[in-house]
Amino acid sequence: IKYKKKKKEWQTATTIIAVEFNGGVVLGSDSRVSAGETVVNRVMNKLSLLHDKIYCALSGSAADAQTIAEMVNYQLDVHSIEIGEDPQVRSAATLVKNISYKYKEELSAHLIVAGWDRRGGGQVFVTLNGLLSRQPFAVGGSGSSYVYGFVDAEYQKGMSKEDCQQFVVNTISLAMSRDGSSGGVAYLVTIDEKGAEEKCILGNELPTFYDQ
Amino acid sequence: MAACMSANRSENAFSANDLVPEWAQEEVSTGTTIMAVEFDGGVVIGADSRTTTGAYIANRVTDKLTPIHDHIFCCRSGSAADTQAVADAVTYQLGFHSIELDEPPLVQTAANLFKQMCYRYREELMAGIIVAGWDKRKGGQVYTVPMGGMIVRQPVSVGGSGSSYIYGFMDSNYKPGMTKEECLHFCTQALTLAMERDGSSGGVARLAAITEDGVERRVVLGNQLPKFSNV
Repeated sequence: IKYKKKKKEWQTATTIIAVEFNGGVVLGSDSRVSAGETVVNRVMNKLSLLHDKIYCALSGSAADAQTIAEMVNYQLDVHSIEIGEDPQVRSAATLVKNISYKYKEELSAHLIVAGWDRRGGGQVFVTLNGLLSRQPFAVGGSGSSYVYGFVDAEYQKGMSKEDCQQFVVNTISLAMSRDGSSGGVAYLVTIDEKGAEEKCILGNELPTFYDQ
Repeated sequence: MAACMSANRSENAFSANDLVPEWAQEEVSTGTTIMAVEFDGGVVIGADSRTTTGAYIANRVTDKLTPIHDHIFCCRSGSAADTQAVADAVTYQLGFHSIELDEPPLVQTAANLFKQMCYRYREELMAGIIVAGWDKRKGGQVYTVPMGGMIVRQPVSVGGSGSSYIYGFMDSNYKPGMTKEECLHFCTQALTLAMERDGSSGGVARLAAITEDGVERRVVLGNQLPKFSNV
């Protein structure tokens, strides 16, 4: 039996962010998937649909993250049919957390779950390493290290939808310019009572800062 | 921010030497946050004040802003021993050079002395240094000499373990042409943000402004630091 040398694992080492505003959430991500030094996909949309008004942002190992998202998508579909209405964001986050926690030794992916439901409005949940925590905003991925200072300084409670979108775009842009594993275009998803709106901002349309 | 609750540290239950506590076996490191900003007429430098040996904070009021000459300072990050040794050696060399020249030394000279030493002994040293000061020829200058021993002049530079967290803040908030007070405010904010996120940075924020007239030092105590909390 021939032993094949294992290919470098595909990583969405990345920058992802989700922010709550009054009446919904905004999710953002970059679009780079790398395998070692090679960029294997420069336009990957890391904002995955879990349900009509619930999305998740993927980071870490691309395979692990995508699989978790697909599994939870299926489980949420079944669950929402059973209860006869739209699922809660907390339910989706709990499903993700259950998988992340049970297989925490084998998996290396971190998903941020965010969405809108009737009971709680816009909500952002963090499921790192199998914990579950609701936060007003969350950042994740390798590029997030570089923007902790920025988000700490710039985030205000009670921002409007447009302010949140601008905040997310600025954060992604700064992280992409410092993190080698983040780049490409920025994807944005805004979720509110009316539904989810996806947007793509090309590289040359992103905001620039000093030194660029 | 959700923290990784499990600290994946490789400390075994059975240490090599049980007579000495764990933290005394670790090297003393200035895992830190340092920064320097140029303005018209001088520079502003800043650093946190924490020195750690493993998880123990060996010194919570460290002074990482070390004078090399009257108008030249260096900000030290990395191994405390290595940076102190290099700084002492450069202070001696620069003092001697300045006497020979009969003039105040140039910041670029000091920075190159650091570079020569950090590059020659790059395998043995763990030192990331920012050299900043004022001289008559080029005014305020900031030179960064990271690990490995390269040298580059930058208008604004951050270093140390806590610097990763404030690159985004630095990129978005730095504007060329700031005044001395604006630079001090910018440094205080950046250091605060980094100290809040980096476990190896903390304590008080030490700042210094170097101009033609001399050095003005400031300390911002923990409870006087700007508050960014959203709770």
